[in-house]
Amino acid sequence: MAEGKSIAVRFSNVSRHFGEVKAVDAVSLELFDGEFFSMLGPSGSGKTTCLRLIAGFEQPTGGVIELHGRNVVGIPPYERDVNTVFQDYALFPHMTVGDNVGYGLMIKRVPKKERQERVRDMLELVQLPGLGDRKPSQLSGGQRQRVALARALINHPGVLLLDEPLGALDLKLRQQMQIELKSLQQRLGITFVYVTHDQEEALTMSDRLAVFNQGKIEQLGTPAEVYERPQTEFVAGFVGISNIIRGAAAQKITGSGGAFSIRPEKIRICSPETPNTPELFSEEGVIRDVIYLGMHTRYLVELKDGGDLTVVEQNLQSTSMDVLAAKGRRVKLMWHKDFNRPIGGGA
Amino acid sequence: MTLILMLLPILLWLGVVYLGSLSAMLTQSFFSLDGFSGRVIREFTFRTYNQLLSDASNLDIILRTAGMAAAVTITCALIAFPLAYYMARYANYRMKGLLYLGVMLPLWSSYIVRVYSWRLILAQEGILTWFLNGLGLGGVLNWVLSIPGLGGSSLSFSYLGVFIVFVYIWLPYMILPINAALERVPKSVIEASADLGARPGYTFRKVILPLAFPGVVAGSIFTFSLTLGDYIIPSVFGNSSFYIGQAVYSHQGTAGNIPLAAALTVVPIIIMGVYLLIARRLGAFDAL
Repeated sequence: MAEGKSIAVRFSNVSRHFGEVKAVDAVSLELFDGEFFSMLGPSGSGKTTCLRLIAGFEQPTGGVIELHGRNVVGIPPYERDVNTVFQDYALFPHMTVGDNVGYGLMIKRVPKKERQERVRDMLELVQLPGLGDRKPSQLSGGQRQRVALARALINHPGVLLLDEPLGALDLKLRQQMQIELKSLQQRLGITFVYVTHDQEEALTMSDRLAVFNQGKIEQLGTPAEVYERPQTEFVAGFVGISNIIRGAAAQKITGSGGAFSIRPEKIRICSPETPNTPELFSEEGVIRDVIYLGMHTRYLVELKDGGDLTVVEQNLQSTSMDVLAAKGRRVKLMWHKDFNRPIGGGA
Repeated sequence: MTLILMLLPILLWLGVVYLGSLSAMLTQSFFSLDGFSGRVIREFTFRTYNQLLSDASNLDIILRTAGMAAAVTITCALIAFPLAYYMARYANYRMKGLLYLGVMLPLWSSYIVRVYSWRLILAQEGILTWFLNGLGLGGVLNWVLSIPGLGGSSLSFSYLGVFIVFVYIWLPYMILPINAALERVPKSVIEASADLGARPGYTFRKVILPLAFPGVVAGSIFTFSLTLGDYIIPSVFGNSSFYIGQAVYSHQGTAGNIPLAAALTVVPIIIMGVYLLIARRLGAFDAL
């Protein structure tokens, strides 16, 4: 999907070091116009610093940042065509919701009448019609989130930056907002750069995502690529649950040696007598632990040749009684060779 | 129930000792002094207030005190804001600690000692005069002191001297609330303003200043009311013209005119009340 699209944000070898700490270290990446791009990673991985570099709150200590082809190194935030939705919303507490949303237009000296109209339209877009006269303190967390979104979108920015915007919301509201954000992004066609530590959120919403670790990008690709073909151990472990098998056990299973990862849902639990087939890898073991999770069950299987594998099975036919009874049972695990992901280097 | 029990001593203190003495004072102001016998007549009357407001010298005292309080407050705010802003936004951890110490340190020593040490600084043969003479600015000082309504025989006997010492003494009470208000402004709010296209000056006017304004008002309540009530500084540095505090002191002391002293004390309370109403009108408490 990369070809033929104009580039909204380009990082060329960008670093942001704070003394000894390399918050962002020689990162290069290209974001395309109109895509929903997520930066995923644990806290301190550099994803938020990258966002702040795009916004202009931080300046790089090395490298070049371009916004729509223009080098923005040294350009302050107020001269950049990007807007931010802050993690804590950062609404102006002394202004009404309407004035918050209209702030960007006020700076641009948009006439009052037009400003009021656009604020009203914007509040309708984020489904808060008629709340313009309230103060932010009178709103719920979800409503404040929407005000912050409206305020950032009213300038029609080239790129919208979102810094863990749903972090403070409860699960139900978060899932609803995920869908709304995604459809809003598709409707407006604005490039969204979305920082999150929630891998499910990143997989659900993004066109592409970058997995950050220790100031570097571990992997960049579509959600399916990153999930199904993790390139490093870190990515395999951070995005979804993953099994990492190495050493002797890996040697025994694949015959070739190198460490690999396998997703728990790709493994089937079979009886020990099941015959092997050439397109499947197999390994025997004992079920050590069973965790019943309602929709599915997680098994921890100790392998005969060392190491253990987590296996997830949907509870299609089985009840909790059935699955819990499986503890201690000897089994054979089988999975398609295609699902094995050899992992190089990584941390 | 336990909450009420725990609050009881405080409520008793507030209700009986604090509000009680205040209302006793208010009551006194509606009594009057028998000019013949010098005794207080305990009957409700407006006579004392009438006396207070019809005497031009009293009005003079009230205006002088309010004017001084206003000048001190505005000057304190102008000096305190940049310092508080620097402390809140720019100073590093160490610098901040040093500045806090610098602001608080004077409060640890006796008020009287500090007032009298300013006498040494401001006296005719004092450090400041000596210093200005050394710079060849002695003429400027003399010129300033010759301005009527501002100067006097020397800095230590002039409006200017009173003003300087007031500003010095009350400055911490302005710095601390402004600093507290500025510290409470989240960094992200300031970033959001820049993010939406505001230059630093615009952000300062539209975001930082309004959010710090309650702190300025809180500080000004301190400096204004403390100046209104003080009688020591004007009596150490002033010339013969009285301030409210001095007038109250002399009325309740030698003259024994408690009702008039009480009525004079009500004046600052009314001024502060009006001041707070105006501040609220201006939206000083909107961000609270």
